Amino acid sequence: MHNKRNEEPLVEVRNLCKYFRQGRSVLKAVDDVSFTIYRGETLGLVGESGCGKTTCGRTILKLYSATSGQVLYKGQDITNSMSARELLAFKRSAQIIFQDPYSSLDPRMTIGEIIAEGMDVHFRYTPAEKQQKVRELLAKVGLTEDYANRFAHELSGGQRQRIGIARALAVEPEFIVCDEPISALDVSIQAQIVNLLIQLQAERGLTYLFISHDLSMVKHISDRVGVMYLGSLVEVAPSKAIFAHPLHPYTQALLSAIPVADPDFEATRVRVKLEGEVPSPINPPSGCKFRTRCPHAIKVCAEQQPPLVEAEPEHFVACHCWQHLYGDGRK
Amino acid sequence: MQEEISKELFQIIGPEDNEAEKIARPRVSYLRDAWRRFRQNKVATLALIILGILAFMVIFGPAISGYSFEEMDTTNRNAPPSREHWFGTDKLGRDLFARVWQGGRVSMIIGLVGAFVSSFVGCIYGGISGYFGGRVDDIMMRIVEVLISVPYLIVVILLSVVLKSKSLGTLLLAMTITGWCGIARIVRGQVLQVKSQEYVLAAQALGVKPWKIILRHVIPNVLSVVIVAITFDIPGYIFGEAFLSFLGLGIQPPNTSWGALAATAQSMYAFYPYQLFIPALMIALTMLCFTLLGDGLRDALDPRQRK
Amino acid sequence: MDKILEVKNLRVSFNTYVGEIRAVRGVSFELRRGETLAFVGESGCGKTVTAKSILRLLPPVSAEIKAGSEILYKGENVLQMGQKRLQRYRGNEVSMIFQDPMTSLNPTMTCGQQIVEALMLHKKLSKQEAKAEAIKTLELVKIPDPEKRFSAYPHELSGGMRQRVMIAIALSCQPSILIADEPTTALDVTIQAQIIDLLKELKEKLGTAIILVTHDLGVVATLADRIQVMYAGQIVETGTAREIFYEPQHPYTWALLSSVPGLAERSKQELYSLKGTPPDLIMPLECCPFAARCEYCMKVCRQQMPQVTNVTATHNVACWLQHPHAPKVKPFYERGLSHAQQA
Repeated sequence: MHNKRNEEPLVEVRNLCKYFRQGRSVLKAVDDVSFTIYRGETLGLVGESGCGKTTCGRTILKLYSATSGQVLYKGQDITNSMSARELLAFKRSAQIIFQDPYSSLDPRMTIGEIIAEGMDVHFRYTPAEKQQKVRELLAKVGLTEDYANRFAHELSGGQRQRIGIARALAVEPEFIVCDEPISALDVSIQAQIVNLLIQLQAERGLTYLFISHDLSMVKHISDRVGVMYLGSLVEVAPSKAIFAHPLHPYTQALLSAIPVADPDFEATRVRVKLEGEVPSPINPPSGCKFRTRCPHAIKVCAEQQPPLVEAEPEHFVACHCWQHLYGDGRK
Repeated sequence: MQEEISKELFQIIGPEDNEAEKIARPRVSYLRDAWRRFRQNKVATLALIILGILAFMVIFGPAISGYSFEEMDTTNRNAPPSREHWFGTDKLGRDLFARVWQGGRVSMIIGLVGAFVSSFVGCIYGGISGYFGGRVDDIMMRIVEVLISVPYLIVVILLSVVLKSKSLGTLLLAMTITGWCGIARIVRGQVLQVKSQEYVLAAQALGVKPWKIILRHVIPNVLSVVIVAITFDIPGYIFGEAFLSFLGLGIQPPNTSWGALAATAQSMYAFYPYQLFIPALMIALTMLCFTLLGDGLRDALDPRQRK
Repeated sequence: MDKILEVKNLRVSFNTYVGEIRAVRGVSFELRRGETLAFVGESGCGKTVTAKSILRLLPPVSAEIKAGSEILYKGENVLQMGQKRLQRYRGNEVSMIFQDPMTSLNPTMTCGQQIVEALMLHKKLSKQEAKAEAIKTLELVKIPDPEKRFSAYPHELSGGMRQRVMIAIALSCQPSILIADEPTTALDVTIQAQIIDLLKELKEKLGTAIILVTHDLGVVATLADRIQVMYAGQIVETGTAREIFYEPQHPYTWALLSSVPGLAERSKQELYSLKGTPPDLIMPLECCPFAARCEYCMKVCRQQMPQVTNVTATHNVACWLQHPHAPKVKPFYERGLSHAQQA
C-alpha cells in the first residue's frame, strides 16, 4: 500500500491548537500539532486517553473550531469561514466513524433512517433510489436489508459499528476519521471491522485518519503512524519504521507496554517501564511534556520544547536526546 | 457410544452461510416495548384504569345524574346520599353528584391545560437554552431562577387584582406564568445530555442543519422525559387550583371545582361530613393516580431499562 | 497442588421477558492453590457470570443458579452457605476486583477508610491496627506515599491509582482466591502494564490464586498459568498457557488467537475474522455452539454436542475433530490462509 501511495497531500494540519476553557484554567487538548495525510493512505494516530487525539480528529472535521492554526483540506483552509456551499461540500467529502457504537446511533430512528440521514442532506434521491442505496450499503457492510427497519438497540456492538460505517459511506466521502472504531468491540469483531475498513479503502481509494490507543491494530491498518502525548505530536513515521526502531522514549515505552499474546515472549521480555501517570493537560510540564516520566530526561528537556525534526527520511521525532540515544549507533 | 457415530458424519462442511447476518429475536418496537414494561407495573396500570374511569365520569357524570349542577331544590337541602341524590345535596339543595363531576371538569381541565401549556413553554425555552448553550444558556437560566423564586400565591393575587377577574382563564394564566420554569430546567438538562451524544455529532458531521437536528434527534429523545414531567405536573395544577379555590381565589359560584366544593363544605363538615369527604377524596385520588402513572411511565420509557 | 475451588456442572440462567437466557451451560473446572486461571472469551460468553457466581454476586431475582450446580470452596458448598458464612467467605476468603475502578469505590469515603472497613469487619482488628495494616497494604500495591494516600478520596486519584486501591482492598484480608474481572480493560496501555506487573509480583509474593477474567489475550499470556476458553456459556478448551497458545486444538481458540495482530506481522494483511455473531443464548443448544461459524464444521457437529476429550492430562477440548473418525486438520494459520480468507 505504501508504495502505491499518491504523494498528493489531502489534509495538511499546520500548527493546529485547540484549547478548552475550564473555569479559569485552559485545557490545551491539542497544542501546536502539524502533520500531513496523503491521498489514499491511512495515518494512525495513537496515544493514551486525554492525549488529544480525538479532539484533533474532530477539529480537522470542523466539529470543533480550532483555537489557532490551519487545516488545509485539498488546499483549502477549513478553519476560516466558508460559504454554505463550500461547507456542505466539505462535510460530504470528510466523514467520521465514532468509538461508542451505543451512543453513536439515535435510539429513536430505524437503521434505514440513520443511514439515509446524510443522503437527504447531500443528494436528491427519490424514495425508491434512497431505499436502493440503503440496501446496497447494508450489503456492503455485510448485513441484510431486513435491518433497515430495525432499531439500533436490537443490534450487537459489531453490527452497530457497521451501521456507523454505512452512515459515513452513504455520502460517498473521500476522507474518513475513524475515531477509535474498534475499542469498544470484542477481539473477533474488531478483526471484522478492521478488515471491512481495509477492504473499503482498497475499493474506494479512501483516506483514513485512524485514531486508536491500540498500537497493534494501528500498526496493522496504517501506512504511517503518529504518536501523541499530552496534546503534542512526539513522533511520526512509516508504521514499519516506528515499530522496528522507535526513536522517542515514549513510543518505546508504549510499544513495550503492549502485552503480546505469546507466553514465552512475555516471560523473557524486558519492559521499558514508565513510572507515574500522565500529568494533567491543564498544567502540563514545561519544555518537553514527557520529561516527568522520561528515563532519559536531561536539563534542556525542562527548558525547551523539542521541535519535530526529520531524523531519518520520513521519520520525524520531537526529542532533544534522540541523537545521543540512537543517532550514533545506527548511522 | 463413540462407535455408533457413522463415519460419513465426519465430513467437513464448513460454516453456515452467514455472510449476511440474520436476526434471531423478534422485532420489538420502542412503543410496544414501553407498553409491555408499563403493563408489568400493576400499580401504574391500576392508576391508569382509575384515571380512565374518572375521566369518563367527569365527561358523562353530570348527565347521568339527571340533575343540572346549577339546579336548586330548596325543599331538599343538605340531604344525605339517597337513591335520588347519590352523593346527597348541598345547602342550596343542588345535586352533589352532578356538582362533583362538574367540578371535576374544571379541575381536570386546569390540570391538563396547565401542565400542557407550561410544558410547551418550558420545552421551547429549555430547548433553546440547552441547544445553544454558552452565554445564551447562562442568561436564560438566570431568568428562570429569578422567576422560580417568586411565590406563586403573590402572582395569583396580583393577577386577579390587576385583571379584575377570577375566571378559569385568569387562574390558568396565573398558575402557568411561572409554572413552566421547572419543565424548562428539566428539558435543558436533557437537551444538554442528548447534545453530547455521538449521534448528534455524527449528524453535524454529515452537515445536517441545526433545526433539523433539533427536530429529528433532540426532540424525540427528550420527549419521553417531557411526557413523564407533564404527568407529574398535572397533580400539582389540580392541587393548586383546589388550594386557590379553597382560599376563595379560584372558581366563582355557581360554577364549581373540587376545591370550591371542599371549601363550601368545610364550614359544616361536622354535620355533613360527606359533603367534604367526596370532593376531597376525588382530589386525593386523582393526584395519587397521576403520580403513580408518572412513576410507571418513567420506568417504562427509560431507555436504560431496555434489554 | 491441592484444589481450593471446584466448580461442577455450573448452570446459570437469567429470566427475562423474552425467555430464559442460559448464560452458563454446564461449566466445570477446578482451581489449585496459588495458580492463575484465566477465563477467556468474547463478551456474553458467560465468563463474568461464572466468576460472579463463585461469590454469589448475581442479581437475586433475575439470575438463577440451576439445581445440580456445585461450587465447592475447600470442600464446602458455596451455594448452601448461610448469610453469615457467606459474609465471611466474601472478602475474607475470596475477593473480587472489577473492571471500572471509577464506580467500584465509594466516592464519599477515603481510600484508607474503605480498606479499614474491610479489615475491621473480617479480621476484627481495632481501628489503630487496621490503619497500620491498611497502610501496609497500600505499600504492597506500590502506592507512593501511602500515609498521604490513606486519607485521599477516590476522585483525587488517577485511574491506575484507583485500581491499585481496589486491589489493596481486595487483598487486605489475605484471601486465598482473588477474582479479577477485566482488571486492566479500562486503563491506558502504560498503566495497564504497571497493573499487570503488580499482579504478577503479588501473585508470586502472596501465593494468592487468581481467577483472571479477560478478553485480552496479551494480558492472559503474561499472567495466566492455565487458560479456559469459553464460548456461548460453555468451556470449549482448557489447558496450560503454553498448551493453549502453542498447541491449541479447538477451532474457536484458533480463530481467537489469529484475530489479534502480532507485533511482528506485516501490515494491511487481512486479519482472520470470524463471520457472524455468537449464538443467541436464548436458544437451546443441542449441537456444538460454534458449529455455525466453524470452518471445520462437520455434519456431526450440527447434530450432537461434542464430548470433552483429553489431549494431555491438563489439556481438554470439546470438539468433534478429536474423534478418531474425524479428518486430521491443521489450524489455518499453519497452512497459510484458509480458502475463505484468500477470496
